[in-house]
Amino acid sequence: MSKVAFSQESLSEFERIVAQYPERRAAMLPTLYLAEKEFGHISPEVEVYVGELLQVPAIKVREVLTFYTLFASKPRGKLHFQVCRGISCDLRGCTKIIEHLQEKLNLNSEETSADLAYTLSEVECLGACETAPMMQLNDDYHGDLTTETVDLILDEKK
Amino acid sequence: MAGKIISKFFDIDGGNTIDVYERHGGYQSIRRVLKKMAPGQVTDEVLKSNLRGLGGAGFPAGRKWSFIPKDSPKPKFLVVNADESEPGTFKDRYIMDRYTHGLFEGIMIASYAIGANKAFIYIRGEYVRQAENLVEQIKCAYDRGYLGKRIFGTNFNLDLVVHRGAGAYICGEETALLESLEGKKGWPRMKPPFPAIEGAFKCPTIVNNVETIAYVPTILQEGGEWFSELGSERNGGLKLYGVSGHVKKPGVYELPMGTSLREIIYEHAGGLQDGRKLKAVVPGGSSAPVLTADEIDVKMDYDSLAKIGSMLGSAGVIVMDDTTDIVRALYVVTRFYHHESCGQCTPCREGTGWAERILKRILDGNGRSVDIDNLLNIAGNIMGNTICPLGDAAALPLKSYLTKFRADFEAAVSDRNGVGKVADEPVSLLN
Ligand SMILES: Cc1cc2nc3c(=O)[nH]c(=O)nc-3n(C[C@H](O)[C@H](O)[C@H](O)COP(=O)(O)O)c2cc1C
Ligand code: SF4
Ligand code: FES
Repeated sequence: MSKVAFSQESLSEFERIVAQYPERRAAMLPTLYLAEKEFGHISPEVEVYVGELLQVPAIKVREVLTFYTLFASKPRGKLHFQVCRGISCDLRGCTKIIEHLQEKLNLNSEETSADLAYTLSEVECLGACETAPMMQLNDDYHGDLTTETVDLILDEKK
Repeated sequence: MAGKIISKFFDIDGGNTIDVYERHGGYQSIRRVLKKMAPGQVTDEVLKSNLRGLGGAGFPAGRKWSFIPKDSPKPKFLVVNADESEPGTFKDRYIMDRYTHGLFEGIMIASYAIGANKAFIYIRGEYVRQAENLVEQIKCAYDRGYLGKRIFGTNFNLDLVVHRGAGAYICGEETALLESLEGKKGWPRMKPPFPAIEGAFKCPTIVNNVETIAYVPTILQEGGEWFSELGSERNGGLKLYGVSGHVKKPGVYELPMGTSLREIIYEHAGGLQDGRKLKAVVPGGSSAPVLTADEIDVKMDYDSLAKIGSMLGSAGVIVMDDTTDIVRALYVVTRFYHHESCGQCTPCREGTGWAERILKRILDGNGRSVDIDNLLNIAGNIMGNTICPLGDAAALPLKSYLTKFRADFEAAVSDRNGVGKVADEPVSLLN
């Protein structure tokens, strides 16, 4: 038996999700999203639990978890800055934005601050190239960035 | 000037809601289809429209639908590809945000045509707000009885599910997408069998791009022939062109298939910043072979671009002016394909990595003149030797940038490099 478990609420959400698919395992990605919401990140215990829920070996969960970039298997900062480094953003100066954030947050790319306040990532094209350079901050997109607008966003969110 | 079909909703307040959509004539097409047409007639109309698959490959949509086996007792599925991750591409995001019910109506009609009672929208994980909007609007459609059982009082039932990806470009490739939908890592499958025969959950499945499906209601409303005539030969209708990079007005422009690239850049996207000159254009997402400034009098449709050795792809136009470091541009693009290779095939997994490292070395000032031919060699060894087209998508930019802008690369290896000129002796590919 796993050491973690969903709340009643997540459990009924899980049942609703599973019912949408012809096969139980197809609920893998939505269940991992649900788990991340509930537990903050997907630890090995959570992997085992998700495997039990979906009736697949835990290794199948690990395989999925490590394949996709969006799931957190380690704790992430409260503010997750994902700056696009794709070609359209590169043409419009994303390097400056990345360097500016590295300096402001005192982090290298792909690092999380010790107090879990910030994570900084460089990511591939986010499908908003008309607003380049752009980034995703948690769930929201911010485009047409300059170092000044980055500072404004930082001040507002801090 | 042809009017607009999808993008006319982009500027309407609340264009994503059911009420506004209906006020502008929405959900009339599906009503008519369900009452007056047999599924086969719907497919015929789409065939007549010359609607091409707008996700990149340009396969005629009606032809694809006709591959669904009629006598199979298995359930059929429609899967809408909303993974939109090809660099330079952002049109489907607009459709999902602002033509939400147009997309749903298209899904209903397509599902009816292929005999599906369940449809999935597979949306890239980063599109959190878009997924929220879809889920919310699907609820509204269920509340009205437009989804679910006995739609518009007919025998047609349809359930629509939003499935979020989780950050993997390869899941835009249709068979990787199906693996991902089934809860696995996104490793492309060998074809055949094609999805129309054996797709999601081993059942006949049609995978279509968001934009392809979004044009379907209008085609059934106005007729296939009408739609076909809006475009160019064998490339029906209008199309959403995304323009990004060095232009004054980056954005999405809905124009007839076959509009010239020059017109798109200079008339619609506002041209380049003052004083700048055009250096290069990628016409259809980052995997499309690059064009030089002399090649932009081309019609933007699948056949015309193929004729000059490039492709329309996702019609994501990436404009580069004369300030662009072309070596860096190729490095950024190659880094992307290396990062996104699923690792199944050696030529793709290793080749993209080698190419990225060599390009990085050139950028760092340590290039050698043999690097150029080595890169071309790597590209040649990837092309055609892989399970899915991601390998080609990485090789095509390598080939085209290196060939068309060879002088830039030669300057880069000699300028930046202390030893570039003696590089005829054997050097290791990798350090
Ligand atoms: C590496 C790769 C990535 C792809 N990404 C997408 C994508 O993000 N969206 C899309 O619609 N099609 C994408 N495609 C094309 C799909 O495989 C498929 O052809 C398409 O979804 C079919 O729909 P259509 O006929 O309506 O274009 C991709 C193909 C490859 C090889
Ligand atoms: S070509 Fe690349 S991405 Fe496609 S299956 Fe092979 S390794 Fe994976
Ligand atoms: S390249 Fe940055 S959003 Fe597309």
